[in-house]
Amino acid sequence: MTTISSAGTRRSSRSRLSRIESRQALGFMSPALVGLALFTIVPVGLSVVMSLYDWPAFGERSFAGLGNYVDLFTSNPDFWPALRNSAVFALLYVPLNLVVALSLALALGPRIRGRAAFRVLFFIPVVTPIVANALVWKMLLQPQGLFNGISVSVLGVELPNFLADENWAMTMVVVMSVWQGMGYNMLIFSAALEQLPAPVIEAARIDGAQGWRMLRSVVLPMLSPSIFFATVMTVITALQVFAQPQLLTGGGPGNATLPLVQFIYNQGFKFQDLGLAAAAAWVLFVLIIGLTAFQFRAQKRWVHYEH
Amino acid sequence: MSTDRTDHLTGQVATVPGTPPLAAPEAAAARPGPGGPGADRAREASAGSGRVRLVLAHVGIVLAAALFALPLVYAFFSALKPNNEMFSMPPTLVGSEVRWSNFADVFAYGPFATYIGNSLFVSVAGTLVVLAVSTTAGYAFGRLRWKGRDVVFVLFLVTLMVPQEVLVVPMFIVMQWFGWVDSYQSLIFPFAFTAFGTFLMRQFFRGIPYELDEAARVDGAGPFRTFWRIILPLATSAVAVLAVFTFMAFWNSYLWPLISVVDYEAHGTLPIGLATFSGQNGTRWDLQMAASIISMIPTTIIVIALQKHLVKGIATAGLGGR
Repeated sequence: MTTISSAGTRRSSRSRLSRIESRQALGFMSPALVGLALFTIVPVGLSVVMSLYDWPAFGERSFAGLGNYVDLFTSNPDFWPALRNSAVFALLYVPLNLVVALSLALALGPRIRGRAAFRVLFFIPVVTPIVANALVWKMLLQPQGLFNGISVSVLGVELPNFLADENWAMTMVVVMSVWQGMGYNMLIFSAALEQLPAPVIEAARIDGAQGWRMLRSVVLPMLSPSIFFATVMTVITALQVFAQPQLLTGGGPGNATLPLVQFIYNQGFKFQDLGLAAAAAWVLFVLIIGLTAFQFRAQKRWVHYEH
Repeated sequence: MSTDRTDHLTGQVATVPGTPPLAAPEAAAARPGPGGPGADRAREASAGSGRVRLVLAHVGIVLAAALFALPLVYAFFSALKPNNEMFSMPPTLVGSEVRWSNFADVFAYGPFATYIGNSLFVSVAGTLVVLAVSTTAGYAFGRLRWKGRDVVFVLFLVTLMVPQEVLVVPMFIVMQWFGWVDSYQSLIFPFAFTAFGTFLMRQFFRGIPYELDEAARVDGAGPFRTFWRIILPLATSAVAVLAVFTFMAFWNSYLWPLISVVDYEAHGTLPIGLATFSGQNGTRWDLQMAASIISMIPTTIIVIALQKHLVKGIATAGLGGR
């Protein structure tokens, strides 16, 4: 980059320049570095320490070794159910979200009038406060709410009390979450669809590919990088679910919809057992990293990148 | 969605990229097809039903959109009902009277104006911090050459993998150390330094031609002037994307305010405030719905205003998730 003629001065002025540039870079970096240290690295380290302590919000702390982790897996009555609930939620939420999002992205082709307006509509719940969305659904799902009201007055069928029923509660948490979250993936897929190379599609069409075959053999493989990305992100958000069950069901009935993050929140800030909460958070972290790593490994089998 | 519906819709998508929108069904049909008579027949068949399919597609989408919008529409009308008619049987869209006053009563019920003010202040301040931190660090990573740059950058990326849910428990203790529990600082700073913004800006800055820096240097501009006068103005679109996503993240944030705010009346944000309409004397559903609708307005306006850039913005920012 420097344009100094003689080779000798070039080297020395290079290193001088790079020293200066390093100092300047440090200046630009310092806010981010300080923030990262204070608000990420320190908490991560602290979290490791906390998970090894009996750490009540108030009162004496004492070293517990791996006691918190042992407690989680052996004696805590809510931890295994929370793991199970997070798994069930993810297994229902991720495929449903992806299928609905992809279907809508495909359906909103360029020949659809007002497709931009439809996209905006489907995207709105993604950006409105999740608390507000959940409260709206809580109203709809009340025994006297809209859903049951319509069913009773039109069909004469009394629906179950969705949020209080052990089997329905999780279903409704999933349905509400898909309603609220799928618009994001829909836009990812829309963006990808708009970038599909026209000649490939045209060639496939001339070869007689149509409908389902076109979708399966041409469009989906070409979308696979976006689908992969969306799957990875959606699995992560699924494991982080908190507000929807917390507001809709409070984790109930019993602990039927209590996911891992709400477990962490309850242990730490309701029952004041911060050590146990930190340990559970590490289990969540390991799960997220593990699943993400697994997906990256498995992508060779189904994701097609263009080279 | 059923398979056959996806099926015929795919046919449309498939024609998308090549054909200009106007040329779509008839033109494709009129063109004599290469390939055997079988292909011709298939094309004729699809041409005959092309218009019908398009109409059906519109009907399907309008139905899906109506179903999708139902919760929001019903919530809006519920916000205009008297509280004792919220759950009338059979359900009604419009109650015995239309109470616009509910939207005013929201502000009388609790310190709702404070919640809105707090949310606005925290979201704007948080966004400014994120922009300042991300653009400067992104510049250092993307445009300056210095020892250890790549190592530090990898470290940044690694921290992206730590989810907020893992950080909140120790973060509460850090806030205790700082004496920040129940303060604006605790709502603004802890999650304003995540590496996502830095990553986004770095990626964008790297796409700007390096000759510009050199020209600036030849003209005697230092790196700060170059950053402020030349690089940053070229990055307004990326900065805008980051600003919008950051603002919305702060505006909607729930878990951390729930933990760090003790005195709701003083430092509660809007999502926190929404839950306060359920109290010991039951839930004021009418006001809760009105408040929820109010809380949805700012981000909805942003999305509608920026709808043209929505898909591109997602494609830009989508790389790092939200």
